[in-house]
Amino acid sequence: MADGHYTDGIAAGRLKGEDYQRNFADLHPPLDAHEAAVEADRCYFCYDAPCMTACPTSIDIPLFIRQIATGNPLGSAKTIFDQNILGGMCARVCPTETLCEEACVREAAEGKPVQIGRLQRYATDTAMAAGRQFHERAEATGRTVAVVGAGPAGLACAHRLALHGHSVTIYEARDKSGGLNEYGIAAYKTPGGFAQAEVDYVRAVGGISIEHGRALGKNLSLGELVGDHDAVFLGMGLAGVNALNAEGEDAEGVENAVDYIAGLRQAEDLSGLPVGRRVVVIGGGMTAIDAAIQARLLGAEEVTICYRRGREQMNASAFEQELAASKGVTIRHWLQPKRVLAENGRVRGIELEYTALSNGRLTGTGETLTLKADQVFKAIGQSFMAGVLNGNSASVALEGGRIRVDGEGRTSMSKVWAGGDCIAGGDDLTVSAVAQGRDAAESINRALMG
Amino acid sequence: MADIRNDFVGIKSPNPFWLASAPPTDKAYNVERAFKAGWGGVVWKTLGEEGPPVVNVNGPRYGAIWGADRRLLGLNNIELITDRDLYQNLTEIKQVKKNWPDRALVVSLMVPCEEEAWKAILPLVEETEADGIELNFGCPHGMSERGMGAAVGQVPEYVEMVVRWCKQNTRMPVITKLTPNITDVRKPARAAMAGGTDAVSLINTINSITAVDLDTFAPQPTIDGKGSHGGYCGPAVKPIALNMVAEIARDPETAGLPISGIGGITTWRDAAEFMALGAGNVQVCTAAMTYGFKIVQEMIEGLKNWMDARGHARLEDIVGRATPNVTDWQYLNLNYVTKARIDQDLCIKCGRCHIACEDTSHQAITALVDGARRFEVIEEECVGCNLCVNVCPVEGCIDMVPLAAGVVDKRTGATVSPAYANWTTHPNNPSRVTAAE
Repeated sequence: MADGHYTDGIAAGRLKGEDYQRNFADLHPPLDAHEAAVEADRCYFCYDAPCMTACPTSIDIPLFIRQIATGNPLGSAKTIFDQNILGGMCARVCPTETLCEEACVREAAEGKPVQIGRLQRYATDTAMAAGRQFHERAEATGRTVAVVGAGPAGLACAHRLALHGHSVTIYEARDKSGGLNEYGIAAYKTPGGFAQAEVDYVRAVGGISIEHGRALGKNLSLGELVGDHDAVFLGMGLAGVNALNAEGEDAEGVENAVDYIAGLRQAEDLSGLPVGRRVVVIGGGMTAIDAAIQARLLGAEEVTICYRRGREQMNASAFEQELAASKGVTIRHWLQPKRVLAENGRVRGIELEYTALSNGRLTGTGETLTLKADQVFKAIGQSFMAGVLNGNSASVALEGGRIRVDGEGRTSMSKVWAGGDCIAGGDDLTVSAVAQGRDAAESINRALMG
Repeated sequence: MADIRNDFVGIKSPNPFWLASAPPTDKAYNVERAFKAGWGGVVWKTLGEEGPPVVNVNGPRYGAIWGADRRLLGLNNIELITDRDLYQNLTEIKQVKKNWPDRALVVSLMVPCEEEAWKAILPLVEETEADGIELNFGCPHGMSERGMGAAVGQVPEYVEMVVRWCKQNTRMPVITKLTPNITDVRKPARAAMAGGTDAVSLINTINSITAVDLDTFAPQPTIDGKGSHGGYCGPAVKPIALNMVAEIARDPETAGLPISGIGGITTWRDAAEFMALGAGNVQVCTAAMTYGFKIVQEMIEGLKNWMDARGHARLEDIVGRATPNVTDWQYLNLNYVTKARIDQDLCIKCGRCHIACEDTSHQAITALVDGARRFEVIEEECVGCNLCVNVCPVEGCIDMVPLAAGVVDKRTGATVSPAYANWTTHPNNPSRVTAAE
């Protein structure tokens, strides 16, 4: 234990150097060849496999597992990449327990699904380590497409467009590509700079250029993009963070969980990253879990997630909740923030009110609870900042604050498609963003080549 | 508790589980360990004639095939008979028999096909006080090129001749081990019986190449880039062995000839199946070579438990009980109609029954019912073939249910008859037998 372990307030260096390495090592270490063979043997090669139906990108899972089982991991990787060029990241971050692995018939048979995610990682890692590309670009079409956002949706869209021979420029606001893969996913799910390696792998097909520091509403407008390109794909993330609506939330030490995680992902030395001794996270989704776990892994003594509803309503999967519990995070339900307690402008605690459902409506019971805290993370959802979109001849219809699209990803505006977190009706999953980007690319291609 | 003491052609052992003549029985060290583990008997690895012993290859002797999770299903070998000095083996045999008087100790023999060679070795074996001899007429590799092993076993006349020599020159019981590398295994069995053999044992190993190395294009096991066929054994050969045992057991010409069953026996259940088809006892090799000698404990207890549960007091109560139920295809009851039935509570919805039936059989299993994933048998199409049962990963999920007499078979529209009727009287059979008017 480092000297600073019990330092009050927000401080760096709570752990010894090697503890950071251990804490932020791969959550699920890669399978070796033997483990992959044993696991692949368990697949029944189902007809019209339920796992495949459950996958938003419809990867032919029985086929890729059979290819692993027969000693053909490169063929397996091709099967995966044919459907999902970000199959490597999805293998790491997909909530497989609520997607393919939940549907696995082995789950029905014995409560122990085939570890599809880890097998997918085995195959994709093998191909990426070998530098194998499986796709070749079609002859250049002379058409150009603008993609806004270099996250999963944008990258998947750009890759598929490039395959069809179109020339793609991705406009990315941040310094690095990858979107949430680079700035958002918990560090222990994608260590070793994998997000950038994957961006390189996607771009290696050719025909994709990326301009960083280009953001809609700052130095980019949708009207210009539409004017300069044959088509535009919007793949932005959610830039807004919902407020707590609690008194005192502007105190020092109250932070957006997404910003903290982004800082953590970009930190070169985790021991230099300050974290509170007592941390309270407000929220019930993946961001809350990721912030809470990583705060613990950085050495926070007490980390408590407070969620205003019950366990069943949490967006974080049962697996993620258990993971948090196993890392020493306390999850408390039926509590909503009421007031941030501060001294000299700095957070010292948070007052929460118990909640209950009455006639289907969530209401405060009046009873309160105060937790000591020197850091409070807001993780109660993000919102799409639609203001950057329209004006200057651009007009894209929204629905519930996000972009309205049809089944192919077409927006209300001619020549403009969208996918990923910015569209209405999405599920905020990496793998869904990939599917939407890919399918929009096919729609764009049909429109351009019609 | 069931009594599983075994008396095989007068050779007594505390249980019917013997180790077959093979590497596990090549020397006193192994056999002592086997007896300590509980094996009822052993057939000592084949001895050859006096003189410089045979030599084995110095590279891989075994090849294999595997099932899921690398479970060994079939093993092949290119090892020869014992490569140890004859007198060392004989000395050890005598000592082991002395140490373990209640266990069966049979000595496997293979010498050139000349009466003098057999006359020379038989007294040497007798002197060890071993319980009997087994004639190795089965070894398919190496020795057969020298006119021994399978080269003898494949010629019924030679089998009869050598058996007769042995019976004339020793008081010991003679077990004749048969090769499966022959078209009709009844022929050498009949020949052995004509020569006076006390019993036959089968099967020996099957000619085989287990795999080809696709980098070197060499068959496996590979010796310096080349391979030779070896003898195949293990769980994969059990069905072949069961059939050959049954063929001999139900052959009127060899009826009553004691059989020692060999071929892929891995569990008590395998052993019970061989015995039900007519084997008086069984011999095991690959299972021991895969898991060690301890497996015999499971075999002993498992056999006893099953016998107790079914009320079989002694081995005699089970030996040959299935033999009368082995018949020729033409005598199978064509009025016996079954339909597959899928237990929806056990079904895990893998769909393998559907795709197997849809792609390769009779299109008799649904994939969707009212738009939902559901696998049900379409009785109008089901011929009762059992393929779905065999590909289903969940044991007991799909059953073949016989239609009761009087019920209409939805596939044929015919009413199921309670009468037995087979091909010999079927109207479509041009050679049918018609009942006397």
